[in-house]
Amino acid sequence: MNARTADWPDRLFETLKRGGVRQVCYVPDAGHARLIERCRADRGIRDVALTTEEEGVALAAGAWLGGERAVLLMQSSGVGNCVNMFSLARTCRFPLLMFITMRGEWEEFNPWQVPMGSIIDPVLKLCEAKVYRAHAPAEVAGNAERAIQHAFGDERIAAVILSQELIGKKVWTK
Amino acid sequence: MKLERRAAMAALLAGRGDDLLVIPGLGSTAWDAASAGDNDRNFYLWGAMGGAAMIGLGLALAQPDCRVAVITGDGEMLMGLGSLATIGIQQPRNLAVIVFDNGVYGETGMQPSHTQAGVDLIGVARGCGIASCLDVRDEKELADLARRLQNLRETLFARVQIAAEEPPRVLPLRDGVALKNRFRVAIGIETRPVGAQERSGQCGFEPL
Repeated sequence: MNARTADWPDRLFETLKRGGVRQVCYVPDAGHARLIERCRADRGIRDVALTTEEEGVALAAGAWLGGERAVLLMQSSGVGNCVNMFSLARTCRFPLLMFITMRGEWEEFNPWQVPMGSIIDPVLKLCEAKVYRAHAPAEVAGNAERAIQHAFGDERIAAVILSQELIGKKVWTK
Repeated sequence: MKLERRAAMAALLAGRGDDLLVIPGLGSTAWDAASAGDNDRNFYLWGAMGGAAMIGLGLALAQPDCRVAVITGDGEMLMGLGSLATIGIQQPRNLAVIVFDNGVYGETGMQPSHTQAGVDLIGVARGCGIASCLDVRDEKELADLARRLQNLRETLFARVQIAAEEPPRVLPLRDGVALKNRFRVAIGIETRPVGAQERSGQCGFEPL
């Protein structure tokens, strides 16, 4: 991956800033490391580390009640943790914008990642999320713009999936 | 003699002021809040069990000039214990998490909760880094909590020990979209109670 394509997390950060995002919550993930670093360093963004992803669904609802835009970052395994809490966004039409890094779909070493990773598309769709997917670095910011529009413009759930081939495989031996 | 839940809620919300925003948790605490007098600045939960404290955190961070009170039950709090850890490291100066603890799941038939068997929510909150924790056992301590809520300037956790009783239900509005919209209108984010598409100046991107 060359220097230009590897900077997609910076392009994504700039898109979130331009979209008026003020709260960024996450369960840490290697694929989101650079984006989390940018958010933590930005005085205009409150970064909120979570113990489990469903906390972020509730945080985003509270943020919107108070007039702020929030974003939830997680790994694909986190989607399963959120399913019941998605009811809050679905029942009340809270905007919910998620960026989900994939595990278990491409050159995955750890088989325990596969069961959740293999079903997140249908799970998200069943939960009424509009699902966007970026396979390549150049597709990230554009998908983010469309998802921001869908989530905050229409008070809906939007999920941008960042494919494992985009993130790269986890290195298990050093 | 443990506190009576309806009287405790009424005492906490008496003369509340427009800057107090309340998240009543799923179940009996929502009925208690409705019984104390409906208010557009209440966002009652009819679901999202375990999420009340985190909704309060998101709201408190978004509205630093308002006071936010999450008032929920022990069962609801137990489902979201991790959120106390998350709140403990954020430490908003305008958030109170108040748990009405009767040691039972009142909505499902009074089955015992973990607190009845000795799980100590004050100890959990303190262990999560919330320095101000109140154990409210009588009228005097309740009055103290109400005063602390009036002048909230720190993250506050309180357990209010209430009797296990089932007063008649007072059901608030249960349309989630309506609850959300009226709340946002009340605090001045929305200028009129209309749907998303009709809002002016609210597209995906804010004007640069």
